[in-house]
Amino acid sequence: MDLYLPIANISVNALAIILLGGAVGILSGMFGLGGGFLTTPILIFFGIPPAVAAASASSQLTGASVSGVIAHLRRGGVDLKMGWILVVGGILGSFFGAFLFRMLQNIGQIDTVINILYVVLLLLVGVAMARSAWHAIAAQHSGEAIPVRSRHHHRLVVSLPFRWRFYASGIYLSPLAPLILGFITGIATELLGVGGGFILIPAKVYLFGMRAKVVAGTSLFQILFVTATATMVNALTTHSVDVVLAGLLLIGSVVGAQVGTRFAERVPPDYMRLGLAVLILLVALRLVIGLGIHPDEIYTVEVTR
Amino acid sequence: MRWRIALAGLLALSGVGAAHAAEPQLVSDVSDRDIEIRASFHGATELVFGAILYPDGVVPDGQTDIAIVLRGPSQSIRLREKDKLGGLIWVNADETRFRSAPAFYAIATSRPIAKMVDRNTADIFELGLNSLQLSPSSGMAPEAARRFERGLIDLRRRGALYASQTGTVEITNGVLYRALIPIPARVPVGHYTAETFLIRHGQVLAATTRDVVIHKIGFERFVAISARAFPFIYGAVVVILSVLFGWAAGVLFKRI
Repeated sequence: MDLYLPIANISVNALAIILLGGAVGILSGMFGLGGGFLTTPILIFFGIPPAVAAASASSQLTGASVSGVIAHLRRGGVDLKMGWILVVGGILGSFFGAFLFRMLQNIGQIDTVINILYVVLLLLVGVAMARSAWHAIAAQHSGEAIPVRSRHHHRLVVSLPFRWRFYASGIYLSPLAPLILGFITGIATELLGVGGGFILIPAKVYLFGMRAKVVAGTSLFQILFVTATATMVNALTTHSVDVVLAGLLLIGSVVGAQVGTRFAERVPPDYMRLGLAVLILLVALRLVIGLGIHPDEIYTVEVTR
Repeated sequence: MRWRIALAGLLALSGVGAAHAAEPQLVSDVSDRDIEIRASFHGATELVFGAILYPDGVVPDGQTDIAIVLRGPSQSIRLREKDKLGGLIWVNADETRFRSAPAFYAIATSRPIAKMVDRNTADIFELGLNSLQLSPSSGMAPEAARRFERGLIDLRRRGALYASQTGTVEITNGVLYRALIPIPARVPVGHYTAETFLIRHGQVLAATTRDVVIHKIGFERFVAISARAFPFIYGAVVVILSVLFGWAAGVLFKRI
């Protein structure tokens, strides 16, 4: 079923996009990742212009995080004080990201930078995931428990001034730390169309030492607001949000996420996680090869009007 | 075939015109003057057709050729060229500007262009991909400008935005002509022209132009216009829709 996308200006197979959204949704439901890091590159493979792909994927993430945020709020799984600071940082970051985007576009390096950032990001996520899944599987086989890391602040974070108490997270921390973290993920959201959960969650656990109960909820809370802001920024500056594309992705992903959540309750997740890690590393490898081999298109056109 | 009847009428009238003009004339039309991009749009095919009106209605001996050009709006573009950086990765290195590159250009001819006209004539009438007047920015070495021109033409050719088809103009009884020109889904909207050239003995004897408009309609038009004219409202609507979708799915699945 071919459908013309009014902003991307190309005709795509609607079913393929819905299925892509669904597959990413299942992954996100199972692993608690937004999946933006897979959506955007795959949309680009489909021939959708990179700016439109990233902008539309970020509005899909908004939809995908809503029900999670509601569930976590009910359960008290969101540290609102921490969450709002992250949101403020994220919004500032997405403004800065839009500025970076424009600057890189002017010097003609936006695609290369996005590609390289993706490679770095996918390698980080893939390797981290493979390692933790591998340790979990090894622990199951040997029957030994994985040593639990004690909750503590990282030295880097402790050195920041004006510490506040975050009761819900059970930490005493400078608000500058979440502000900076929010800022960095905000840039990633704007440039890459990713939520940033893969940066947020490890940072909160290993750098901030937050209580595990509020880590995921607070991340989703931030992702909800920051992806919404990124969509607004994109709509206002690059005019590259395609509502039809975002809608198709949403239909797939919200359904997929629910399926994934139920699936996750039944299947032992470690092997699946290892599989996903391999998949992510393969996507990264494909991008690395793409950077190095002679491209199909040596030339690119930008209409200056 | 309404156009055939119309042409028959025109042919009958042509005897009148012949008294004034010794040169042959062209009448042409297109199957679709108004191409609408809607949700189901996945490209179109334009039929360009017409008749050659000879003085006295006599078809002369010798080869008569027709070239048909469907041309899109002229764009000012920046073209970037990738180069291998440090032997490792491909990045954009060099760039140039073209002030008048057609967004779409398709030519259909009855014979190879080089056999119909000489290079000079082809350049004057912009017949063929190698004769496009792209107006590269000044101050560029002619050699580099040619390399960029070739790059642009090759790129757009592979995207089906530029096309050159030989032998696809069908001429019936030396009088009626027609050609089908495919238009891909990714064409930009705007004002297009369908030009027809009558060529004999290496000379362009007559030319005629028809306008074609390609535009989005219905929902596609509404979305494209809103995104530009009311970006804040557009963005807000997309965000609200996303939130509602996500929320509704969560509620719905809880029930199941």
